[in-house]
Amino acid sequence: MSALALEGVHTHIGAYHILHGVDLVVPKGKVTMLLGRNGAGKTTTLRTIMGLWRASRGNIRFGGKEIAALATPTISAMGVAYVPEHMGIFADLTVRENMLLAARKARYVGDLDEDRLRWIFKLFPAVEKFWTYQAGKLSGGQKQMLAVARAIIEPRELLIIDEPSKGLAPAIVNNMIEAIQELKTAGVTTLLVEQNVNFAKRLGDHVAVMDDGIIVHNGTMAEFADDVGLQQHLLGLAL
Amino acid sequence: MTETEIQSPTSPRARFVRPIEFDMRPMLLIPAIALLALPLVGSPSTWLTLTLAGLAMGMIIFITASGLTLVFGLMDVLNFGHGLFIAFGAYVAGTVLAPLVAWTSSAELWRNLVALGCAMVAAMVAAAALGAAFERLIVRPVYGNHLKQILITMGGGIIGEELIKIIWGPTQIPLPLPEALRGAISFGDASLSRYRILAVCIGFVVFAALAWTLNRTKVGLLVRAGVQDREMVEALGYRIGRLFVGVFVAGSALAGLGGVMWGLFQQNLIPQMGLQVNVLIFIVIIIGGLGSTTGALTGALLVGLVVNYVGFLFPALTQFSSIGLLVAVLLWRPQGIYPVVGR
Repeated sequence: MSALALEGVHTHIGAYHILHGVDLVVPKGKVTMLLGRNGAGKTTTLRTIMGLWRASRGNIRFGGKEIAALATPTISAMGVAYVPEHMGIFADLTVRENMLLAARKARYVGDLDEDRLRWIFKLFPAVEKFWTYQAGKLSGGQKQMLAVARAIIEPRELLIIDEPSKGLAPAIVNNMIEAIQELKTAGVTTLLVEQNVNFAKRLGDHVAVMDDGIIVHNGTMAEFADDVGLQQHLLGLAL
Repeated sequence: MTETEIQSPTSPRARFVRPIEFDMRPMLLIPAIALLALPLVGSPSTWLTLTLAGLAMGMIIFITASGLTLVFGLMDVLNFGHGLFIAFGAYVAGTVLAPLVAWTSSAELWRNLVALGCAMVAAMVAAAALGAAFERLIVRPVYGNHLKQILITMGGGIIGEELIKIIWGPTQIPLPLPEALRGAISFGDASLSRYRILAVCIGFVVFAALAWTLNRTKVGLLVRAGVQDREMVEALGYRIGRLFVGVFVAGSALAGLGGVMWGLFQQNLIPQMGLQVNVLIFIVIIIGGLGSTTGALTGALLVGLVVNYVGFLFPALTQFSSIGLLVAVLLWRPQGIYPVVGR
């Protein structure tokens, strides 16, 4: 059963035609890795799903409902959380304020779901440690943890993360993998864009490979990881 | 992990603590300038009168500028038509006060304050409504384009000024102070006008309300976040467009209140009053640093003091004193004294 399905999605940014008919299925409760060379259209696909760039043609269905024409806040309110490549941390706000902002129903920190917060602190201890610090003063890894923690402060149906391991130290990448695996265990559907091959291999259940604005391969990560020739052909490198 | 560790961050008492060091140096400029002026003025009683009057005038300027702090400082809209809301608010207040002459001419302070309160509420509501229309028709198509914002808002301001002339006439309209607010209170040989005391009280209320809203409420948090990354706020599920319309309308309402205070300070209304104040409040916002309520208050108090001292000591230089202060502050701190927005 799919949580998210894209059918023939085209996206134009100004005069540029970026997505040329993307077909992608994200199975419910699984981790789907979206791979591809730089400029293949991975980030554009994520932004189009979130409504940050409008699809010029095609269908995007989330939970069976068409969302291609919906505004970003509406898509988010349906249970889609998005962590952009630049993490989208509000640098001038504290970690606590960043978290509170993501909890749409909470007016004050005291309104946050304490059990969920306890779970998040366990996944990302840095969030608790630097709770009252200005978010802009955190390290890259801590910011990434905050970005993912912020995305899951409320229960979400679908978590979309653009390159969570980018620029992170190996130890922090391992933390991130463990955290996303635990989210998967909790039943969260995840769509990840990733360049780190080890990260992709360890986390992915399914894989879709993009090239020049279309999906050129769809399948299970286990099959893809075993087929070195296919990896060389699609990505120019082996996982 | 213990229960106590979890309790601490989620405690309702620890809601919006911001562990950011507060820089006192710009605020210390206020007593520093005052003390510097003492030997130049000579007479301590004259100095005290000038200082109190300058600080009170600064408060009136702050009330007038507070709306632009939100619109220009936070929303990054170069609204050169902001003066229109100031003038419109003042004229609406004049219209409301005209039939309440029995209340404003009464020697009882409470009657004066009730009449003034009605005028202020009417001015704020009218300016807010005008602001909503102005945002929808004039500002919305040019969000993110400063050059177009300057041109179109200036045009909107000029058209608004002409509409004021059509509705209320082009000539000056007197706006006398209510009876109990006339005159001054003496402290030895020094004195301070009663109206300026009221202005100081209202200024503090406006400052406290703005600071509380921006720093202690979820709406304030959203505004501060929206200024940094509008797109991310939308991705978190908030309609930032609606929020910013609300900010624009609130800024217009504050301009309307500022118009009432400025009109009563001048004790007359002219259609050009908004344009005249516009330059002064832009100076205050730039001195204060974009988006900062504390900066706008400090900047306004500095401008009020400097204009008063220079007006007494070197009358010919009064017109240039606020610009001179602006240049001096920007040489010291190019982004203003308390910038919130790093533009």
